[in-house]
Amino acid sequence: MGDPVRGDEDGAEPGAPASLAVILLVSVLVVATCGLIYELLAGTLASYLLGDSVTQFSTVIGSYLFAMGIGSYLSRHVRHNEIGVFVRVEILIAALGGWSAAGLFLLFPIVEDFRVALYALVLAIGILVGLEIPLLIRILRHRFAFRDLVSNVLTYDYIGALIASLLFPLVLVPWLGMIRTGFVFGLANVGVAVALLLALRGRQSVGRDLAAALIVLASLIAGLLAADRIQRWSEVAFYAEPVVYARSTPYQRIVITRRGEDLRLYLNGNLQFSTRDEYRYHEALVWPVLGRIANPKQVLILGGGDGLAAREVLRDPRVSKVTLVDLDPEMTHLFRDVPQLAQLNRHSLSSPRMQVINGDAFRWVREASGPYDAILIDFPDPTEFSLGKLYTESFYREVARLLAPAGVMTVQSTSPLIAPRSYWTVASTLEAAGLSARGYHAYVPSFGEWGFTMAAHAPPGDTVILPAGLRFLTQASERAMFDFPPDMARRPTPVNRLDNQALVRSFAEEWGHYDG
Amino acid sequence: MAEPTRRDALKAGAVGAGALALGSCAKPAMAGTLDGADWRRGHMIRDGKFPAPNGAEPRVGILIAGGGVAGLAAAWRMKAAGFDDFVVLELEDRVGGNARSGRNPVSAYPLGAHYLPVPNKEAVALRRMLQEFGMIVGEEGGAPIFDPYQLCADLEERLLWRGGWQEGLYPASGLSREDEIQRDRFTQAMAQLRNAVGADGRPAFAIPRVYSSADPAYTALDKVSFAAWLDDHGYSSPVLRAYLRYCCRDDYGTEPDDVSAWAGLHYFAARRGWAARGDGDRELTWPEGNGRLVSLLLEQTADHVRPAHSVFAIAQQGDEAVVDSFDHKAGSSTRWHASCVIVAMPHFVAARVAPAHTGKGRFRYAPWVVANVTVNRHPKGRGVGLAWDNVSTGSDSLGYVVATHQSASGGDGPTVLTWYLPLSKASPPEARKLMMTRTLAAWQRIIEDDLLTMNPDLAGAIDRIDVWRWGHAMISPTPGFLTDPVRTAAIEARPPVLFAHSDLSGLSLFEEAHYRGVVAAETALAHLGHSFESLI
Ligand SMILES: Cc1cc2nc3c(=O)[nH]c(=O)nc-3n(C[C@H](O)[C@H](O)[C@H](O)COP(=O)(O)OP(=O)(O)OC[C@H]3O[C@@H](n4cnc5c(N)ncnc54)[C@H](O)[C@@H]3O)c2cc1C
Repeated sequence: MGDPVRGDEDGAEPGAPASLAVILLVSVLVVATCGLIYELLAGTLASYLLGDSVTQFSTVIGSYLFAMGIGSYLSRHVRHNEIGVFVRVEILIAALGGWSAAGLFLLFPIVEDFRVALYALVLAIGILVGLEIPLLIRILRHRFAFRDLVSNVLTYDYIGALIASLLFPLVLVPWLGMIRTGFVFGLANVGVAVALLLALRGRQSVGRDLAAALIVLASLIAGLLAADRIQRWSEVAFYAEPVVYARSTPYQRIVITRRGEDLRLYLNGNLQFSTRDEYRYHEALVWPVLGRIANPKQVLILGGGDGLAAREVLRDPRVSKVTLVDLDPEMTHLFRDVPQLAQLNRHSLSSPRMQVINGDAFRWVREASGPYDAILIDFPDPTEFSLGKLYTESFYREVARLLAPAGVMTVQSTSPLIAPRSYWTVASTLEAAGLSARGYHAYVPSFGEWGFTMAAHAPPGDTVILPAGLRFLTQASERAMFDFPPDMARRPTPVNRLDNQALVRSFAEEWGHYDG
Repeated sequence: MAEPTRRDALKAGAVGAGALALGSCAKPAMAGTLDGADWRRGHMIRDGKFPAPNGAEPRVGILIAGGGVAGLAAAWRMKAAGFDDFVVLELEDRVGGNARSGRNPVSAYPLGAHYLPVPNKEAVALRRMLQEFGMIVGEEGGAPIFDPYQLCADLEERLLWRGGWQEGLYPASGLSREDEIQRDRFTQAMAQLRNAVGADGRPAFAIPRVYSSADPAYTALDKVSFAAWLDDHGYSSPVLRAYLRYCCRDDYGTEPDDVSAWAGLHYFAARRGWAARGDGDRELTWPEGNGRLVSLLLEQTADHVRPAHSVFAIAQQGDEAVVDSFDHKAGSSTRWHASCVIVAMPHFVAARVAPAHTGKGRFRYAPWVVANVTVNRHPKGRGVGLAWDNVSTGSDSLGYVVATHQSASGGDGPTVLTWYLPLSKASPPEARKLMMTRTLAAWQRIIEDDLLTMNPDLAGAIDRIDVWRWGHAMISPTPGFLTDPVRTAAIEARPPVLFAHSDLSGLSLFEEAHYRGVVAAETALAHLGHSFESLI
């Protein structure tokens, strides 16, 4: 039980300025809205970052409500100066809630166990929010009859909840984004604190609290202004879909995202595939080659550690052995051993016909010996000089040496629509290495118009035999892939050489132009 | 300041201040070694403290004293001429001199010399060697085709300038009109000089330098400093001057004030690399730098090489040379009788070992520090991506080259960065003293600080720093050096005592060392009456 005398003095008893009561009622609305927003933010962020939204939402909401219960319980220990405590609670909520989204995004890649950080924050905010309404009711108890008081406060509370739950999905997330939303509602909380402090100024000393409130205010404004930068710092906020796996290997940053059935792989921020349409890409990479070889026994895949190209190859019963060379052991390990991912490539990486070699293909081809009947080259785009080496005349000479006399190879070679010069540079370079090259392209919605370059010791012909059961390629659509409308048509290009990587330069230019 | 001063060391310390605040003992010492040319063996020669030779006195046709590039090139030349009666005595445990290399589990790396430019047409012997080593793989229109794997891969150079990395080593943005005018004027002047021919019909500047014109119009440039020449010609642009200073320090380890105008211009006007496919302006490089050339030279001559053998006295007796050497493993001295000796050691050592045959002259040497920094991921940075050679306009170091540049394709794995610092500002003796007294930890702090200023992205990525000190690394082509009588006499020496070292060219370059070795070998072979077809 509180001290009745002091309690009377501290409450908004008759004699306190009317403005205070108004501010207090408005603040019920504000704190109710903010409280729910933080809860929604935490739930959305958790399902965004950790996946499995049903679990994330129920556990976040559950812990949040439970924490509010703790807050309500603790409110009984506030024995005097309820309004002062309320102001401080507001300042604290403003700081924690305001920074919650930005903080969680920034913490995600750093912390060992993200859940610990997430639930600690949810509990802290929940406890503070749980303190708010009991404190407000006690502060306002002299203003209204008890009956009206409870009705007023709860009405505002539920209206606030409605506002929040409508605003959040319809306006805030699409227009402001999660990071800014956090800051904006933090500002509302600290606004309540500042308004109250100003109203109380004559009655008690508020200097220190005001200073604290202003510091929080300033930090929230700064955060709001820097929201874009924070977004960039935090790579997870960079992806449009929830991140379900992120890891840095010595070679690259592997990120897997999932939204509904759509699983995506990003390497260093570049999309590698989306399960929605990867079959288009991989059928186009594999079947025009295998379909042109009488008896493809030995197949070499360079890159392609996700095992998806290998999945297509292994469907061909004529193939007796697949050799796959990928730089990153972590990639092949992931796609071999994580059931969800291995399912995507139908366990191609653990097939008895498969040999996985983890090594730098640039070095490996110089030491390897063939012959291979089919060679499928599926490297990341030539975004850097080090990757550009895998698209050079010298490299293709080694590959040509490994290719059987009647063998056929193909190279994924960027978009002929967005980067036609880069695209045709691959053909010119294969030709400089003594091969005959033929371009073809396919539409893959998540990439757009995508290009491949087929090459062989003799000009590859038109006759192709495709297996039954493909989802994308038919005889007719296969034939159509070799047709290039004028905007993608062949143009003269330089040869990409180790000591003069024309491709890396044109690639940066053409894609830079495209990205704006 | 050329070399990091105490203030830099303090600044470097400040970087570790976080660790200091937690108690400096909390931060474990950085792994690494502090090493260098064996100065104890060097000082033994200076102090002349060797036991008198005893035992058998072996006789040999040609004795090569020094197993650097010049000595090994001489040996290579003899082998190629079918001559086998020679030995190479090398002071260090390993041959190679300034072109030595190291290796760790991540990569091989250079300890000094790290590249060879595509040679000029006049470098006949060198081209023959490159052909033998499979570095020249064919011919197109008469010109050699170089192995693309051994030409420096794109991107060759990048420069940190105004907060971002750009291609090439000359600042491309933020230049004043005057900066641009002077840059273009200098470029044009150098293009002209490159094609200039003296009254004697020879190119004004050539590599090897002996093929350069003796026309006083050009040799007079040896009398003034490069800095004075630039002043006289109105080259005042600070951007241009900073670039030219970088070049002087890169090639000679010496400031433009201490380099002759002849040498300063030679850097820009002597290179006319001869190659098919427009590769004339390229460079050959390998993970271990010129260590690759050393090991290929050694492959052919290893049976003749005796490492850990200091030559401490050379004299002429009748028409043969008497050479005293000390075997550091056995702890005993030997007297050799040779029909001819090729003194392939740095000239300041030669002057002590063969005082009757040469003097000290004006030979001055720049000290260098080279560090191999093992990092667990590739450096990045704003702007253009990682190059082979990475230089910052804001640093007094020469930046770093990337050991795995030639060998790997995957962008992000561990690598070794070779970091270079010529101690050019203080006088060489002062700089040497500073270099020798500074501790490993102090060097590591300076190097780490310099690297992290260039590449903050390397924070936490440095696994070890191995520091290598070269006390007498490079000959400084100071004004007047060309006409130093000691130098000319050493060049013109006749059997049985010949001199072969890049010092005699005043240009610390592989091509010069190679040429000196080949010339001395041919002179010695002719002296012995061994027939061969000259490569000169
Ligand atoms: C840091 C650094 C970077 C360089 N970078 C390049 C580069 O990139 N490209 C380039 O072309 N050049 C470079 N150079 C120049 C390099 O010095 C020459 O290319 C070349 O290696 C010099 O060879 P040399 O045989 O003339 O001399 P040295 O390398 O000096 O060889 C002399 C040898 O004689 C031995 N010796 C000394 N005294 C005795 C004795 N008393 N008895 C027996 N043996 C003795 C020494 O141990 C040494 O092995 C660089 C030099 C340095 C220091």
